[in-house]
Amino acid sequence: MANTEPSRLDPQLQSSSDVTVFEDESRSSRFVGAFTRNKFLFVGLMLILAVVLFAVVGSTVIEEERTNWGYANAPKIRPSSEFWLGTDQDGRDILAYVAYGTMGTLWMGLIAGIIGIGIGTLLGFFGGYFAGWIDAIVVILSDALITIPGLVLLITVSAYMDQLSVEQLGILIGVISWMGTTRVVRAQVLTLKNRAYVEISKFNGQSDLEIVIAELIPNLAPFIAATFVGAVGGAIFLSIGLSALGLGPQNEPSLGLMAYWFIHRGAVPQGLWWWFGPPIALIAVFQVGLFIVTAGLDQIANPRLRTSV
Amino acid sequence: MTTQTMDSPASETAQDVLLRADSVSKTFVSGTFRKHYTQALDTVTFSVPESPPTITAIAGESGSGKTTLARTVLGLIEPTSGEVVYRGVDVAEMNRAQRAQFRREVQVIFQDPFESYNPFYKVDHVLRTPIRRYNLASSRSESDDIVEAALRNVGLRPEETLGRHPHQLSGGQRQRVMVARAVMLQPKIIVADEPVSMVDASLRATILETLRAMKRDLGISILYITHDLTTAYQIADNIIVLYKGRVAESGSVESVINDPTHPYTQLLVSSIPQPDPETQWGREQEVRDEDEIALTGCNFYDRCPVRMDECTDEDPPLYRTAENRITRCYRYADSPVHHAPDLRSVFVDATSE
Amino acid sequence: MTAATSIDAPLVVKDLKVYYHTRRGPVKAVDGVSFELNRGERLGLVGESGSGKSTIALALMMAHKEPARIEGGSIMLNGSNLLDDNEERVRLRRLSEIAMVPQGALNSLNPVMRIRDQVIDGLKDHNVRMGIGEFNGRVTELLASVGLHPDVASRYPHELSGGMKQRVSIAIAISMNPSVIVADEPTSALDVVVQKQVVQTLRDVQERIGAAAIMIGHDMGLMAQFASRIGIMYGGKIVELGPVSHIFNNPKHPYTRLLISSLPDTRGKRRLEGIPGLPPSLLRPPPGCVFHTRCPEAMDVCMQDIPVNRELDERRFAACHLYGDADGREVAA
Repeated sequence: MANTEPSRLDPQLQSSSDVTVFEDESRSSRFVGAFTRNKFLFVGLMLILAVVLFAVVGSTVIEEERTNWGYANAPKIRPSSEFWLGTDQDGRDILAYVAYGTMGTLWMGLIAGIIGIGIGTLLGFFGGYFAGWIDAIVVILSDALITIPGLVLLITVSAYMDQLSVEQLGILIGVISWMGTTRVVRAQVLTLKNRAYVEISKFNGQSDLEIVIAELIPNLAPFIAATFVGAVGGAIFLSIGLSALGLGPQNEPSLGLMAYWFIHRGAVPQGLWWWFGPPIALIAVFQVGLFIVTAGLDQIANPRLRTSV
Repeated sequence: MTTQTMDSPASETAQDVLLRADSVSKTFVSGTFRKHYTQALDTVTFSVPESPPTITAIAGESGSGKTTLARTVLGLIEPTSGEVVYRGVDVAEMNRAQRAQFRREVQVIFQDPFESYNPFYKVDHVLRTPIRRYNLASSRSESDDIVEAALRNVGLRPEETLGRHPHQLSGGQRQRVMVARAVMLQPKIIVADEPVSMVDASLRATILETLRAMKRDLGISILYITHDLTTAYQIADNIIVLYKGRVAESGSVESVINDPTHPYTQLLVSSIPQPDPETQWGREQEVRDEDEIALTGCNFYDRCPVRMDECTDEDPPLYRTAENRITRCYRYADSPVHHAPDLRSVFVDATSE
Repeated sequence: MTAATSIDAPLVVKDLKVYYHTRRGPVKAVDGVSFELNRGERLGLVGESGSGKSTIALALMMAHKEPARIEGGSIMLNGSNLLDDNEERVRLRRLSEIAMVPQGALNSLNPVMRIRDQVIDGLKDHNVRMGIGEFNGRVTELLASVGLHPDVASRYPHELSGGMKQRVSIAIAISMNPSVIVADEPTSALDVVVQKQVVQTLRDVQERIGAAAIMIGHDMGLMAQFASRIGIMYGGKIVELGPVSHIFNNPKHPYTRLLISSLPDTRGKRRLEGIPGLPPSLLRPPPGCVFHTRCPEAMDVCMQDIPVNRELDERRFAACHLYGDADGREVAA
């Protein structure tokens, strides 16, 4: 009831007809502007950047041998000038191990994210754009696979493979985690493909493939980016869970493996905070950063959340 | 121009028919378990000749099937039965080369000039892409010339239009760029689906005049889809009035609008808000008797103020009430039944201006 | 414009200014608009998109939202300024003194409430107290006044057609016999046949309750059918205001003239002429007369001075440099 509830009048709809602001900014500068203006995006990226920087700098500056079993003769020592974050029960330098472990985990997440997004986006576009039997296959496949719990599948697979590398785990996670992406991308394409501009491009002589690449993908880019960020975060979480159960890569440092050891060796009941503290803090900062970035990208990708006129 | 096409049963000679919708019907199905069928279009047949160019209005309210007819003719949806034939080939069965030619020669202007643009690109994109795809230019400068000429053609200054994003142009400018795009491709037919309904009054006239000039100067035929009989009257030669997917009345636009015979057309015409305070709407109230929906017979029965008992017997045929008129109403049962299915057989030739 | 007694003029708007505050400065959507509305009168406010017409509707209902702000002027409703009232007082005056019929395209009815409850809710919100039987009687009466069957009361909005929904909106708008009805494009997105019925219904109930009405829109044909006076808006200002017959038969402002001559009709085919050029940017309006960039009769003075509003005939005003002291007396904006 407009009379009693003015809030029900859609101010966007009403004001849009009156405010014709002829913007002079180009799209690229608007996009850059969105990055600097969007506080979510900025803060989130800073958090992620801090973690990435730590991993990259740490793993270049610190000698790799410090992550070796028995590097220090003194296990479980508190942070000191020689071992800034102390050592674990097996005499590894925790600072070094955390740096290399973060690197390994990030690398794994990236691989998983790229593969998951790649398969997911491709199938989503095909299913959404070319309806009919192609779509049916995509929907049946993704619906069937999404019902299988990823962790159970991974546990089964990695229990069979006695040695898993970080890369292999990344690929494995990517291959089983594209279904969510497929679903959302397909839904987006379904709403976009009946837009007048997609139909106009048919009359402009563009082929279907060209329409997907030149007309649809650019408009979904921020959306795909947001999904990608989410996928990397999900993959990292999954890998940590798997490794903490002792089913991840055993020979290369990762945050998950570290978690496995500190759980296994009872670091928490022993009160060895310098051992379990740093990986937990890093994981927390990274995940919070990813979450905030996703929220920020969502604001850009989803015009309904945009607040400015 | 001669009136050849008028005298001879033009629609039957295949040579000069460019596009023909042949008994086109479309039924939409919705629902997964309990299917719901909506007949949007019911055996509509008409054709567009190669020459002379004509403007044909397809008019009706929402739900009349006018947009379905437009989209079927454009090959965007396939008819449930019947076929759309372009240059002698069924649109649904075209090979690659035929389809490319069809896509270029039968162009479109949509209602919403904003939705017609990909928000990611500048307006240039929608003009340059077809030049590339249809190989209209051999060099970049030739492409520039084509784009600029097309924009000037619709009264736009290229320097004020190119290099901008769609949201930086006004609604009228955006729609004129879409007109420029369609004309640039030198099509044979343009299907314009409510091209001015979202454009401000002061620019409406400009766009309509451009459409008229296209027919006159460039020999392009236009199918003008509209709910607005005033603009149809101004630019069209002939009109097809659709009601619930069926042709209610058809003929030359001047005779249909100035002297409507079908009660539905009469209702539409009397509802026109004339921009003249001295010509006020009549006070007649519309009949709408939901209990009286006839399961057989005339589909306008429930709303008809002059309905008769025989109207529920069966669907009235089209009666030829005059040289250039047919109407689907039993009140004209004295007139001969019109048998030629192609509506073009009653159309007047394009007025040469 | 002219001072009128508040008994005759339930609504007097003076020098109203509504600006949208954007990052790049104020957008002057409504920039010094004045008009008055007498009892029983129907004013049509016509303009293109960007002329400020919808913003006026929102401001009259005090339903404008950030970044829009009323920067100046007054809205005298039944003799007291709406802009001086607090939020609660404004809420109570809405519906009881000034009511809105929303855009036809906007679904302003609550989808999960029966029509009866929506009508009664509005009344209860305004402290109307009566028994349930009386309420139901009132609902039936209101629905009948807009030509709807009493059964409609127990239906939900999705069970009604667009035209019926808009009639319900009219019934709600008149439920407390307001002295002013504001209708913002009430028939947009409705078919012509339904459009006619809705506008006629609006006109009938407005006459019956003796309210003043403002219809905002862009369709001159609809205005000719509905309004007794017409205000032509351009670039945030009313450039011409007068009785409907004057506006159509003897337009004075060049914009009005061009607008009238661009209208298609069904009385013979003719060349259609639009208005060249573009509407002005309200962020950086042109100096002088806002229309001078498109005006075929623009003179040097038009590019420098803002034209004053003159009363050219009785109750007919135009703001244009073509008219001087000899043509009509100057009235305060």
